[in-house]
Amino acid sequence: MTAAPTRYVAHVMGLPVSLALRGRHADDAAGRAAWAGTVAVLQAADRVFSTWRPDSVVSRLGRGELALADCPPEVAEVLAIGAAAERDSGGAFRVRRRGPDGTELLDPSGVVKGWAAERAAAALRALPDTDFALNAGGDLLCRTLDPGAAPWRIGIEDPRDPRRLVARVPVHTGAVATSGTAHRGQHLVDARTGRPPAGVASVTVVADSLTDADVDATAAYVQGRDAARWLAGRPGRTGLVVWSDGSATPVGEPAGPLASTA
Amino acid sequence: MVSGVRRIVLWLASTVTGVVLLFQYPTSTSSAPEAATVVAASPAGTTTGTDGATTVTGPAVDTRYGPVQVQVTVSGGVITDVEVVEYPDGDRRDQQINSRAVPQLVQETLDAQSADVDMVSGATYTSEGYAESLQAALDEAGL
Repeated sequence: MTAAPTRYVAHVMGLPVSLALRGRHADDAAGRAAWAGTVAVLQAADRVFSTWRPDSVVSRLGRGELALADCPPEVAEVLAIGAAAERDSGGAFRVRRRGPDGTELLDPSGVVKGWAAERAAAALRALPDTDFALNAGGDLLCRTLDPGAAPWRIGIEDPRDPRRLVARVPVHTGAVATSGTAHRGQHLVDARTGRPPAGVASVTVVADSLTDADVDATAAYVQGRDAARWLAGRPGRTGLVVWSDGSATPVGEPAGPLASTA
Repeated sequence: MVSGVRRIVLWLASTVTGVVLLFQYPTSTSSAPEAATVVAASPAGTTTGTDGATTVTGPAVDTRYGPVQVQVTVSGGVITDVEVVEYPDGDRRDQQINSRAVPQLVQETLDAQSADVDMVSGATYTSEGYAESLQAALDEAGL
């Protein structure tokens, strides 16, 4: 009964962005326009937040050439999300940290990708009778309108071999984000020590919002051997920690209180 | 364990957090609490009209599509009217299905044909590495 979804691919922010649409507007002008809108929002976020572009707002803010008040309001929004993650992770996650030469770097990339994809998906959410799964560089946002329909089947990549999976998770509506060693432009370190975390290869978080999932995946990852314990204490999250030795720990409570009635 | 310096740093951090949070945009806190438990079995209400008809409102019943509540009017021992007073709405339904599954471990070596997944989440995704990825194979295969 479920037809194969229509797929779209683009490259933005140095990242591959894939979209699967199914339903009424999967393969028509409205669907293609929504996809174009999604890509445009991601490109706009890149112009503001890229740490690779010396002329981006965030690069200029980091060099002290701009004050926060002179930046677009979404910069304060992203920094606020980073500040909350810093608090929640006991300081392991930070968007400002010391570089190797002792200077302070402003690098909100641990926040931006999920936040930007969440925002970019607004165009897809506006499509009536259409389900989507948006994959922005390995971080996903899914919607399924009919709860009787099949969920999106999400594979979790083996951090040691991108052609293999270590786990699967079904998601009707929600987000999946994975953090690990290989993000371009992300030198993930525990901000308390300045060193990469030990013992952990990747952390995947499933949550309602991709902003939350992405931030928590990074915040858990940089805590190394404490990743699974910390993630288990986060409300509304499930996930998977893959350790350096290749073993993996699923995290989360069994299905919620929804099983009753009906 | 908490030194004086660390205490000061923590104080500064929390102060900065407080100031920055003033800017926080409401949608960034959109992870709403699970709505599933909101619909308790509310006590049935009974009213008797002037014409002797009795109207009974049942409890809101939580279905997989959202809460449903039915009102039944009985007159002279006969059901004369049935009205659905609460339909599942789209928003509620979205939240209904938001209980999170826990990832299930798998062992197989996979290609796009056998992967049995729609999308792949991973940390290694860059445009350079994309061509080698299972996600690229899925996009290519159009499954």
